[in-house]
Amino acid sequence: MFDFVQMLVSGIASGSAYALMGLAMVIIYKTSKIPNFAQGEMALAPSFFAYMLIDSYHLPFYIACILTFGFSVFLGCMIEIIVLRKAQKSNVLGMIIITIGLEMILLGFVSWKFGAEPKSMPFPISPYDSIPMKDLIKGTDLIIGTLELFTFTIALILMIIIFLFFKFTKFGIAMKATQQNQVIARAMGINTRRIQMMTWAISSFVGCIAGLLVSSITLHPYMMWDPMLKGFSAAVLGGMASLPGSIIGAYIIGILESLFGGYISIEFKSVVSLMIIVVVLCIKPSGLFARHYIKKV
Amino acid sequence: MNMKRDYYEDINLFHSKTVIFWFAVLILFLVLYPFLFKNYYIYVANYIAINIIVATGLNILVGYTGLISLGHAGFFCLGAYGTVILMVKAHIPFLIALPLSSLFAGLFGFLIGLPALRLEGPYLSIATLAFGLTITQVVGKLDFFGGREGLHTSKLLIGNLHIDSDRDFYCLLIPITIIMIFIARNIVRTRVGRAFIAIRDAEIAAETIGVNVMLYKTLAFAISAFYTGVAGGLYAFVLRFIEPQLFSQMMSIMFLAMVVVGGIGSTFGSIAGAILLTLLDLELRNILSIPYLGKFLESLSKNFFSITGVSNIQFIVFGFIIIFIMLFEPLGMFGIWIRIKKYWKTWPF
Repeated sequence: MFDFVQMLVSGIASGSAYALMGLAMVIIYKTSKIPNFAQGEMALAPSFFAYMLIDSYHLPFYIACILTFGFSVFLGCMIEIIVLRKAQKSNVLGMIIITIGLEMILLGFVSWKFGAEPKSMPFPISPYDSIPMKDLIKGTDLIIGTLELFTFTIALILMIIIFLFFKFTKFGIAMKATQQNQVIARAMGINTRRIQMMTWAISSFVGCIAGLLVSSITLHPYMMWDPMLKGFSAAVLGGMASLPGSIIGAYIIGILESLFGGYISIEFKSVVSLMIIVVVLCIKPSGLFARHYIKKV
Repeated sequence: MNMKRDYYEDINLFHSKTVIFWFAVLILFLVLYPFLFKNYYIYVANYIAINIIVATGLNILVGYTGLISLGHAGFFCLGAYGTVILMVKAHIPFLIALPLSSLFAGLFGFLIGLPALRLEGPYLSIATLAFGLTITQVVGKLDFFGGREGLHTSKLLIGNLHIDSDRDFYCLLIPITIIMIFIARNIVRTRVGRAFIAIRDAEIAAETIGVNVMLYKTLAFAISAFYTGVAGGLYAFVLRFIEPQLFSQMMSIMFLAMVVVGGIGSTFGSIAGAILLTLLDLELRNILSIPYLGKFLESLSKNFFSITGVSNIQFIVFGFIIIFIMLFEPLGMFGIWIRIKKYWKTWPF
């Protein structure tokens, strides 16, 4: 029982990072139907930007973070304006290829600048801090890492903010209108171009937070591969077009992975989550929480 | 430009006598190649030939049937490991082991084709990606497959001939490549190929006029996986050593990039794409030794970037090539070729 709860906790913590990546992808996919493979590297570049600010320019961590957020928003906008606005006519394959190309460029620049060897981010919370919880469940001492708790809290706050943003602000509602029907949204006086740009900015910002959280544990150019894949899988599991779906999918993947790693074999941990996705997609081709539209001629 | 006036012209293998002439020149060049060039260039040619086989196979799936696969490194891995293990552990001769393991890869292609029947777009891409990753991870972690240390290939014997050097292997590889390309061209020109194209252009319409979508979609996956398996089996003997880290996700992406850069839906396009990207890949690995440009990049790296990561410039170059091709010429190098041909045919107008 004790082991189970402990694994559940670490699963939820890793699920939170996946959820943020998944959210970032879904936000883009909903507005522009682009499966964004560059999401991981769009989170990687700001993380290394923060590292550079702290390491070379000796800025305090919090100021570096704020500058990094600005950088991530700028990066998202630039990518949309320079590349994807020109590629409106491409089909899904074209979009996937273009985002893979973007991914390669960003990855190339980051690893050219910083080399392949791992670095350590001077994060205020170290991954070894923990909060022991005595007698939480009768007679068991649960150990929750401070970083895990921090990740979970940040993810939760961000999710609530995004939810409120889409529900209650004028801009969020305009975004939803653009998602549903771009032509009519434009006819209603919404500047859909600006909306698309802002979508990329918001998504890049969300991804950047996930990147910073991951970078507290490891910091090397390939660190975002795994969270990006898992986040994408979570988004697909949840239906690719539903925000709550991607969050639930991410927690399912995180928890299953952690339980499988704990009980059966830690070596095949990441394989099992990928296989689950293939199986789920066989049964429900559009994911768990999205309605399957049958295409008309 | 590529206008067809009747059906027979459409199914012709060679469109004109000029094409036959240039094809004969190409064959002559390929025959003379090992006598003209040094050993390294023969290794390069072998490497290119293998990528050509993969690109041709992947083009059947991506270009003609309109499906997406980001997991071809998995099939490649199956072909390579299958051939080596059949030869090392079961002592089966190469010419039987290679088709067997390729058929095995084809079977896996059929299996991944089954869920692919209901999936499209991002769902299909993540499913194939997951499949590719799963295979490489499982292979990398089982001791039977040599684990992380990898496997050495055994001696390559065909009859009594011992194929040892790159030059010998070239003589084996190039005929196989040419045969594979011809088979691919022929598949595309037959009923099967037309069914693929019909599915790509309008799936529902194809189904309505009697194309068995289920059969042909899984068949496309199986054929494409078979091609990749053949290439994988040959690849093991180019390197003479295989390890799981070779078959990374980047490899699947490179295969897809070859098809896209060359030109989606054209066999000669994917050959051109494979040649270009493989050459770039091999050249950019030691980018600092390129004259003039290398010096400049070295000083640039020392001042603004790091010298250890300079080999990552190849990712930047690939990324830019891919994006420029997709933005400005969606048909890739084949599209550029068509445009140039059109320009000269109608010159001075």
